[in-house]
Amino acid sequence: MADKFVGTPIKATTHVNQNEDLIFEKSSSGKKGYRLAQLDVPAIDAASLLGAAVRTDDLGAMPELSEIEIIRHFTRLSTWNYAIDLGMYPLGSCTMKYNPRINEAVARLEGLAEAHPYQPESLSQGALGIMKLLSDCLIEITGMDTITLQPAAGAHGEFTGILLARAYHQSLGNPRKKVLIPDSAHGTNPATAAVCGYQVANLKSNAQGMVDLAELERMVDEDVAALMLTNPSTIGVFESDIHKIADILHAKGALLYMDGANMNALCGKTRPGDFGADVMHLNLHKTFSTPHGGGGPGSGPVACKKILEPFLPTPVVKTNPDGSLGLDYNRPQSVGRVRAWYGNFGMFIRALAYILANGPDGLRQTTEDAVLNANYIRAKLEGTFELPYKSPSLHEVVFSDKLQAKNGVKTGDMGKRLIDYGFHAYTVSFPLVVNGAMMIEPTESESREELDLLIDALKQIAREAEENPELVQNAPHSTRLQRLDETTAARKPILRWKAPVASTQLTPDSAAKEW
Amino acid sequence: MSYPENYRYAKSHEWLEVDGKTGIIGITDYAQSSLGDIVFVELPKVGDKLDAGSPFGSVESVKAVSELYSPAAGTVTEINEALNDEPETINTDANETWIIKLSLTGDESDDLLSAADYEKFVAEETGH
Repeated sequence: MADKFVGTPIKATTHVNQNEDLIFEKSSSGKKGYRLAQLDVPAIDAASLLGAAVRTDDLGAMPELSEIEIIRHFTRLSTWNYAIDLGMYPLGSCTMKYNPRINEAVARLEGLAEAHPYQPESLSQGALGIMKLLSDCLIEITGMDTITLQPAAGAHGEFTGILLARAYHQSLGNPRKKVLIPDSAHGTNPATAAVCGYQVANLKSNAQGMVDLAELERMVDEDVAALMLTNPSTIGVFESDIHKIADILHAKGALLYMDGANMNALCGKTRPGDFGADVMHLNLHKTFSTPHGGGGPGSGPVACKKILEPFLPTPVVKTNPDGSLGLDYNRPQSVGRVRAWYGNFGMFIRALAYILANGPDGLRQTTEDAVLNANYIRAKLEGTFELPYKSPSLHEVVFSDKLQAKNGVKTGDMGKRLIDYGFHAYTVSFPLVVNGAMMIEPTESESREELDLLIDALKQIAREAEENPELVQNAPHSTRLQRLDETTAARKPILRWKAPVASTQLTPDSAAKEW
Repeated sequence: MSYPENYRYAKSHEWLEVDGKTGIIGITDYAQSSLGDIVFVELPKVGDKLDAGSPFGSVESVKAVSELYSPAAGTVTEINEALNDEPETINTDANETWIIKLSLTGDESDDLLSAADYEKFVAEETGH
């Protein structure tokens, strides 16, 4: 009789459901996720039929798995995600609010979910009606005159908005040269200006983190096409001189572009169209509760004043003389189409459901709750963390790591430690005007109980930074992977998986890896 | 952190070394240390004309993208193409790693600082 086995087989120490190879690495040659009936027609040789279009090279690395292996692979990965349905995302500047189930219920109605973009207009009156009503609601909320729903996300909206500004200036004879951007801006603003062919001129904030009016006055001239301004700013502070800012720009023929990323602090309270903005985008996936990030897609409608209307992307929804709705493609001054079809229509349904479910008073209440939540966090954590700007906060609050950095604990370390406490990290190192920024935006979705959990976690982390800095510096401790080498990932990214050169046939034994 | 005496410094954290008609520009030791690991440097083209204070490129680190501003006016005569492959040399030695060279036309930013004044400025900005 053979010796009794003693010890732990290496391959049995970790089951794949505790860790996971790439799907390519799990492949074994010849496996299939389907079974087809015998071919009962003459076989066709694809190569002779398709000629030069046939691709057979480079297919060696395509994964071959059974159906249940694929299902398990993706199901396991899905359980490793963090999601708004699992817990809070205090990510500042992102407005990670709850996506109400009523939105989903409406979007899944058969007539909407199955609608085809090529349906004739006569059979698309409901879909067009949704676009029209959403447009009207957003125009009312922003105080603007008109809107396009086409842009697919915020940065795309910025691009569209600045294209409108450029087309407007061009129609007056000169597209102008520069776009002014405050130093606290989202990085997408300068990128947008550059992509639209403008030079970026950096506008320094004053000591309160606001636009410096004297500096603005000095910089605005006939070369300036627009100022791109986020209001409230990225430090969560309302630009109380916004109408003066608009006046300074308008006196020189320049436009005020408002980045609507922080509209969750204004919705139902004040309207950009009333305080002088000429063009702005909205993020339906922020302010209007449609899914965010990987769960999107996003949606970034652009609202503007009448002077920009001729340049809106085609098509726009129009009302026919008989009262029916249609699409107007005949717009000779349009900047053209910026998105296939009409925009991310599924998001229009969800955003409209949210707007109608809340109503005007509900939207106002939402804004007030978002501001209250941010100020509750500010009041509870001021003293624990340094508060670089003392101006009143709206929907988000920016702390810095100054007190903890003395012990070598930085904002990124505390963000990672927060993961151990069951939260997504807050926004780390942004806005850039604050050294070691810790930016927190709770949104109105969170209850006081959930806010208290976050506050307790952050206070505890501050204590750890004091008493046991290494614990925070090496966090997270509860995740499958800890600190990834983000520098090498950025400097020498591996963008494509390559099959090992001498690929050995996988056997049940070699399939389980040593971890 | 060290700041060579023969350089002058912009408040936007670039250094300028003047060698006759040639201006040599890089970013300061403080800039590289607050940016963290640099992963990409966007360079201008040779022949680009720059005003004092105008942006000429950007540096991207794992934390942030930061614009580069020219401390002096001139025409770009050389760019440090080695930075395309090894941007990390800025982290290793910011003072010796130039980014662009200019043929100077005379204008400089008004408020260029000496090494000692720049050190003071950084201390005030960071509060320690």
